Amino acid sequence: MTETPDTPSDTPSDPPSDSTPSKVATPVATTKRSARKRGPSARRRRRSSALVLVLGLLATGVLWTMLAPTGNAAQTADANEAVRQGRALYQQGCSSCHGLGAQGTKDTPSLIGVGAAAVDFQVSTGRMPLAAPAAQADRKPPIYSATQIDQLAAYVDSLGGGPEVPKVTDQALSDADLSHGGELYRANCAQCHQAVAQGAPLTYGKFAPSLSESTPTQIVEAMRTGPESMPVFGDRQVNEEDAVAVAAYVKHLTDSKSPGGFSLGKYGPVPEGLLAMLVGIGGLLVVCLWIGARQKV
Amino acid sequence: MTTASPPEFVKRPTPVRKANRAIDERFGTQPGLRRNLNKVFPDHWSFMIGEIALYSFIVLLLTGIYLTLFFDPSNTEVIYNGSYVPLKGVEMSRAYASTLDISFDTRAGLVFRQIHHWAALIFVASIVVHLFRVFFTGAYRKPREVNWLIGVGLLILAILEGFAGYSLPDDLLSGTGLRIAASIAQSIPIIGTWASFLLFNGEFPGDNFLPRLYVIHILLVPGVLLALIGAHMGILWHQKHTDFPGPGKTEHNVVGHRVFPVFAVKSGGFFMMVFAMLALLGGLAQINPIWMFGPYDPSKVSSASQPDWYIGFLDGSTRLMPPWEFRGLGHTVPAVFWPTAVLPGILFTLLALYPFLEARFTGDTKSYNLLQRPREAPTRTALGAMSISFYLVLWISGGNDVIAKTFSISLNAMTWAGRIGLIIVPPIAYAITKKICLSLQEKDAEVEHHGIETGIIRQLPSGEFVEDHRPKPTPVPDHPQVPNDRFALPSANGHGDGDGKGLARRAGKAVSGFFVEEKETGPGGPSTPVGGGKH
Repeated sequence: MTETPDTPSDTPSDPPSDSTPSKVATPVATTKRSARKRGPSARRRRRSSALVLVLGLLATGVLWTMLAPTGNAAQTADANEAVRQGRALYQQGCSSCHGLGAQGTKDTPSLIGVGAAAVDFQVSTGRMPLAAPAAQADRKPPIYSATQIDQLAAYVDSLGGGPEVPKVTDQALSDADLSHGGELYRANCAQCHQAVAQGAPLTYGKFAPSLSESTPTQIVEAMRTGPESMPVFGDRQVNEEDAVAVAAYVKHLTDSKSPGGFSLGKYGPVPEGLLAMLVGIGGLLVVCLWIGARQKV
Repeated sequence: MTTASPPEFVKRPTPVRKANRAIDERFGTQPGLRRNLNKVFPDHWSFMIGEIALYSFIVLLLTGIYLTLFFDPSNTEVIYNGSYVPLKGVEMSRAYASTLDISFDTRAGLVFRQIHHWAALIFVASIVVHLFRVFFTGAYRKPREVNWLIGVGLLILAILEGFAGYSLPDDLLSGTGLRIAASIAQSIPIIGTWASFLLFNGEFPGDNFLPRLYVIHILLVPGVLLALIGAHMGILWHQKHTDFPGPGKTEHNVVGHRVFPVFAVKSGGFFMMVFAMLALLGGLAQINPIWMFGPYDPSKVSSASQPDWYIGFLDGSTRLMPPWEFRGLGHTVPAVFWPTAVLPGILFTLLALYPFLEARFTGDTKSYNLLQRPREAPTRTALGAMSISFYLVLWISGGNDVIAKTFSISLNAMTWAGRIGLIIVPPIAYAITKKICLSLQEKDAEVEHHGIETGIIRQLPSGEFVEDHRPKPTPVPDHPQVPNDRFALPSANGHGDGDGKGLARRAGKAVSGFFVEEKETGPGGPSTPVGGGKH
């Protein structure tokens, strides 16, 4: 949130050099606002910018409590700037499905009130923007940078609050109680995500994805926001410490080395049976053939 | 070089000879030993498949003994405090805790566990492949029906033994399997509840079920298995092994190698190979990582829970079964009863009775010591293919969630494909297999009649084009005394096959010898005379 990248400006009169580091952000933002008032169709813009201002202020309040160790004017303005940039990104990349006001359509969900965590989860895992309508969005490389995702999150958050992006620090992960996380995982997650977090199918093409590539932050975000078919595990059910413990346990499952050799995808008896058939029995039949061919009766 | 006197051939009193003499003087073993060591076994690669089962059973016994030294089959709840950090402080049964200790805190414990588990998978698999060999060659026909029945009993016991072993560690995966087993027991009409209570000593999961299962797994079933294996091999020894027909081979003789030395050395070497394969799998490929599954708790279940492969077909039949529950006469018969209790009952009964059914329907009550090639009994071969395809559809459906996830297919589509496939695939397999068998018979008859096509087209002076046919070669015996039907395969250098180009070439020859019936006769290599045992 401390700097804004080059993004298409919504006021043509602004020079491209407007995207400047945050230290001079306040005067720039003021300039933009005044430039808008002077532009054509000023009334509509005035109304929408007033709305944006109100929402921006609201978001600033939220972001204030979230971000500010020491409050200052520059940060408020940063938040405003992030919301503004996020709105531009939203209109360009998301609004064709979710609607110009993020209100959703009959086929797409409204984003009002989903919170920054939902945006961060969906966009940073590459699920949004959607590649194609399907039973379920799958993970793919994200197309937005981390800064842009923060801006989108700030914009969506400004529309009506919701779960914030959780801050899962390395310290918190290494301090986490793995065995408690494991108990929570087995009680709440394994029935869909499989015992070793490799994922499993649900009905009609939907699935609980593998968590191998998920970051701890994304795991906590998914718990808080309940993407796709997943239920929401709010902080009243699973507190911050427990949520981090679950994420730490999942990462232990997916990242730890297999003490027994090749892990066979950590998928249990199905690949094991396949290996027994192809390599075990198959190999021994080849040995039979070899011995059979060796002997000259 | 030297001009020494010719060497004297005196039997030196080696320790073996001395021991043999000492035993013979006391027990009179020499005649029996001589007779049995001179017994002749036929040579064919497919006759070694049953040996895989025998050798994996030996490996199972050896590794199992090591595991019993450390395993504690107790339901008592303990707090884990071993070296696997993510389970520290978790409440679990002593059975699960001691399995964790075997895996992480016992020298060579994990590799023994893994070899034991892989050996179990290979044990059942080799029994099934051996069954295929016996079935498709008609080796079960009179007088060997009893050995067929014993074999079916061994297969069922091996499956039960495997399931018991899989269930012992009391992890989340195996506990889920036991929960299903308890449900199947409960689904049996009228006696279900009592059966389940008897099995689990009360309500599932019971408080001393694991010690019972342990006794079943390490004493009862292995004891019966051992006795039946002894009977299986004793009957084989007595009735003598079957062989494929060929020159010099009749219903009343056995052509092959004596037990000592060739057959013994061959089998000893093969045992080492089997052991090596199991050790390789156990040392390199992780199997049943119970520490990742967590301890069993009836309130928990993980998605994609699967049994080991040999139970998979029952899992599949359960997944394909529509939820048809029967209520009436004061009883409820749940849907799970049909695919898990009735279906395997029918399948194993048909399997056991097949020799008798075939004899009855073909009216053939003669005794046979010579085998049939699969094509020579098209109906039997087709029935076998039909049964295998039925089993395969069930088996694949047992892993349909893993397949659906791996290949991004809808699970519902997989289920319906299994339901439809179960009905339409077996008849198709039957028809295709029968057609192939009959076509192969036709081809055999044609070769017999017209000879082998050479691909050489000649134009006669009259202008007519004809293709040359080479007459079918007469079988070349590999050694002067006992001819057989093996055709010497032409080698690259045309000097027999003693050039030893290595494993790949010899294996290739064996494969082509299996698939290609007729090959041009080349000069046979040097041969060693081998006696033909009298029946």
